[in-house]
Amino acid sequence: MRVGLFVTCLVDLMRPSVGFAALRLLEAAGLRVVVPRDQTCCGQPAYNAGDDDGARRLVLRWAAAFADCDYVVVPSGSCAGMLRVHAPRLFDPVSREGREVAALAARTWELTAFLVEVARLERPPGSYHGRIAYHDACSGLRELGVKSQPRQLLQKLPGLSLCELPGAEACCGFGGTFSVKFPDISVRLADDKCEAIRASGADAVVAGDVGCLLHIEGRLRRRGDQATRVFHVAEVLAGTQGEGPWT
Amino acid sequence: MDVKSMHFLRNARKALADPTLRQALRRTEAKFVQGRAEALRELDDPAAVRAHATAIRDEVLARLDAWLEHFEAQATARGATVHWAEDAADVQRIVIDIARRHGVRKAVKSKSMVSEEVALNEALEAAGIQVVESDLGEYILQLAHEPPSHIVAPVLHKTRDEIADLFAAHHHQPRQTDIAGLTRQARDVLRPHFLSADMGITGANFLIAETGSVLIVTNEGNGRLATTLPRVHVAITGIEKVVPTLEDAATLLRLLPRSATGQSITNYVSLLTGVRGVHERDGPEHFHIILLDNGRSRLAGTALAPILRCIRCGACMNHCPVYQSVGGHAYGWVYPGPMGAILTPAYAGLERASPLPDASTLCGRCAQVCPVDIPLPDLLRALRRAEHQALLRPRRERLLLWLWRGLACHPRLYHGLAALGVRLLAALAGRRGRLSRLPGAGAWTAGRDLPAPAGRTFHELYHRGRRP
Repeated sequence: MRVGLFVTCLVDLMRPSVGFAALRLLEAAGLRVVVPRDQTCCGQPAYNAGDDDGARRLVLRWAAAFADCDYVVVPSGSCAGMLRVHAPRLFDPVSREGREVAALAARTWELTAFLVEVARLERPPGSYHGRIAYHDACSGLRELGVKSQPRQLLQKLPGLSLCELPGAEACCGFGGTFSVKFPDISVRLADDKCEAIRASGADAVVAGDVGCLLHIEGRLRRRGDQATRVFHVAEVLAGTQGEGPWT
Repeated sequence: MDVKSMHFLRNARKALADPTLRQALRRTEAKFVQGRAEALRELDDPAAVRAHATAIRDEVLARLDAWLEHFEAQATARGATVHWAEDAADVQRIVIDIARRHGVRKAVKSKSMVSEEVALNEALEAAGIQVVESDLGEYILQLAHEPPSHIVAPVLHKTRDEIADLFAAHHHQPRQTDIAGLTRQARDVLRPHFLSADMGITGANFLIAETGSVLIVTNEGNGRLATTLPRVHVAITGIEKVVPTLEDAATLLRLLPRSATGQSITNYVSLLTGVRGVHERDGPEHFHIILLDNGRSRLAGTALAPILRCIRCGACMNHCPVYQSVGGHAYGWVYPGPMGAILTPAYAGLERASPLPDASTLCGRCAQVCPVDIPLPDLLRALRRAEHQALLRPRRERLLLWLWRGLACHPRLYHGLAALGVRLLAALAGRRGRLSRLPGAGAWTAGRDLPAPAGRTFHELYHRGRRP
């Protein structure tokens, strides 16, 4: 079985450790993973800006890069939602392109959902000593139903105690380009999230999307909270959290 | 009502700085969100009711012309007069005509968002007809000369103290601050108006085609008084509000109050059918029903058509993180929140409402709670598509999108520049590991730090075999 890792722009640029953590997890499940060189972006920024033509071009590039994969795994609910739910809608369903994109979309998974439902990973390699709060990033939660899977996996880690974040399903305010088009509202929503994190008593906040994490971490630090740690769920599960940048 | 939606950004900023508004929004959000969840749990199978309700709305909209004609025939047979209004000016003209014909000098109103949409009060007052809002919230807003900030709870942005001040100034009675006392005061003031009004004006939650009835839900009983005491009753609503049967209306009523206020049923459900009969003692002598298009029929067959299913419960705004941060006034017209971000461009014009479709994180909570399953984020994207095609977004934003898109379509160039970019950012951040300022990225860094990138991209590390 050939599993393609779609790294996503933000992981590639901002947090490569998430990509390596995803690799480690997939390999721990006994899978052979390929990372196609020609991948760039899922097209979501264009799609959400109303630029369907741009989105189509990027989706086709993605489909070409991953055509020979049995599965595409994405360490982001938002990019996985774009590819799985929205990408097929951009094409005429009976066209050759439309059928290919739809078929690949159906084989595309958010990382934690894939690990639980397809790869059936029993023992994630990580361990964590402390209390973490899991934030349900919106697209993964509402477009793909990612809710129990990350929690199931996290609960298997020795030493980890998972606490519920008040309003865990409320948007953190990132919203892709929303975060810079409407920065005041975006930051207000981040504040609500920061308060919830504090109220939860967790020492780390964990989510499945680097976009939300950059936004939450950025606001935590600006508010003067240097203590709360911020991880992608893959980093915690792989046990690579805090190992620092891979340079 | 003037469209001020293009000033969303400025108005939102003002709203964010208002601690009273924040407190008010938090209070109602908690009440409505929890109330809705609890009320829906009373149903055996909420998902099935929702699917049924959605199917009812879709069936009507697919043959709207036929159902409206059926409604008109039934209503007319029971003595009502049905008027067709193309736009706001039509409604104003029709109501003023009716008022003149019946010598109306005073009208009492029950709450109606469509009357806000057509700016009816201003038009009637200009024609010399006194208008008194009788819904408590709308009455408060009439005194304050403010538009509603929520379609169900119009005055949620005001505190009890502000209302106490307003009443003290207008009622010439000692200032009081307890809710019961304030309500009693408003009641005492409004009672004589009901008795002396010549015309009652209401909206309609549903129009029942099989009986020609107008159905309205209220909690205060003012709707009953406004439709039974005055000689003339005028109901104004959008053409999309028709449903085939009483049974269908009953299905939708299982969802409307639950989704709106968390009530199993509203205090009053009024089913108004025809004029007062020969041997009847209640009801108006004249019953006029005005059906407004104002852009609705234009939506049929377009990507925005599902918004016509809307039953105006307000659940989308109650669950919207953006609405809950900035309140309803920031949206700048009659309808706020996610449904307003679609209706305002649809009815008032995209160029006048351009920022609204973008003012959403697309978190999807609105679609999740919509009782008639309107895919609101998809509709917002459809409007963004129209904005994109009409070049309505700022030039800088379009240029950045175009550049990024070109780059992302050339993987080698993209990866090369990405590698350079992250080195630069990492160097700028230094050992601190984050950036508090970044030229050109002020929109991000004004309120947040930017956690610094690792300095090497994933692809660079992976493809050079530098795997950990």
